[in-house]
Amino acid sequence: MSPMAFVYLAVVLFVIGAAAVLLRRNAIVAFMGVELMLNAANLALVAFSRIHGTIDGQVMAFFVMVVAAAEVVVGLAIIIAVFRARQTISLDEPAELKG
Amino acid sequence: MISPVLFWSIAALTVIPALSLLFARKAVHIAVSIIGVMIGLAVAYVTLGAPFLGVVQIVVYTGAVMMLFLFVLMLVGVDQRESLKETLTGQRWIAFVGAAGLAILLIAAISEVAFEPAEEGVSGEPDAVAMLLFTDYVVVIEILGALLITAAVGALVMTHTPRLRPRRTQQELQRERVLAGANPVNKPMPGVYARHNALDVPALDPEGKPIDESVSRVLEARHQTTEGFEWRAALTDPSKKKARPASGISKPEPTDKEDER
Repeated sequence: MSPMAFVYLAVVLFVIGAAAVLLRRNAIVAFMGVELMLNAANLALVAFSRIHGTIDGQVMAFFVMVVAAAEVVVGLAIIIAVFRARQTISLDEPAELKG
Repeated sequence: MISPVLFWSIAALTVIPALSLLFARKAVHIAVSIIGVMIGLAVAYVTLGAPFLGVVQIVVYTGAVMMLFLFVLMLVGVDQRESLKETLTGQRWIAFVGAAGLAILLIAAISEVAFEPAEEGVSGEPDAVAMLLFTDYVVVIEILGALLITAAVGALVMTHTPRLRPRRTQQELQRERVLAGANPVNKPMPGVYARHNALDVPALDPEGKPIDESVSRVLEARHQTTEGFEWRAALTDPSKKKARPASGISKPEPTDKEDER
């Protein structure tokens, strides 16, 4: 089976993550959707690394992981700060900037 | 080449738990399912010749990131209900259509191109990855180190709450309570100076009156307390001893020896 199958799998995971970000109102669940999208991109990078026969793609996936870890830390800190301010983690509640 | 059984196992291990993101109700269930997805992706990485990334995936994602998610879920309360009211009308269908459109677009684009996979597999062993990381990509590694430090400091700053007023001492708290009219000393235990030291018998003050606060509020809510007057009535007239109202919990009968005393 060709490694291209993993690229299709990555597409499926990416779409599920994107749908979760669009659908869910719980901030933490939407954030997990973002994580799933990043992981799908990683899977595509590793599959392309296998297709091309070089490990540069794996190094890129490693960088994505590091950036995702930093992003999770800051994002969850923002969720905690919003929760402290208004006792909710719903994405629809903070709507002060709405015109 | 990759065995189809292995591929379909990985696909089932990743896609089915990932669907919980769309359909599961409780955030904790979703988080645990995503841990399953991460493990499936680690297996996929090892299959594709990246054992180092597979191990890093397990360590970083299932070990650190998803645990952090679970921590935050516990911190904000696992019973945070998701409101089902739609703020934007038709958002659900627009989201489904958008996701389906994205899937069609990506799959059409990928199926257009044809890659000939390299004959020999790649070696993603740690030493090969490290050789590349610390030669060609060493500047990126340095920048990522700075990014991680910045993220850690940023999280600290964002979750830090400064103390708005100085901490009140125990002396100030007690003074406030007494000025507000509270009893300055501890409440008496139930049964103190009473004839019976069961938990449902109020303590007696020096004048012999029962102190209501000495009995637990839980017993009062359950109507399992005694007033105390029946005990005094039994003292003056032993024939009234049996006539006390039945209460929820059984109390030892006062023995005759105690009455004689």
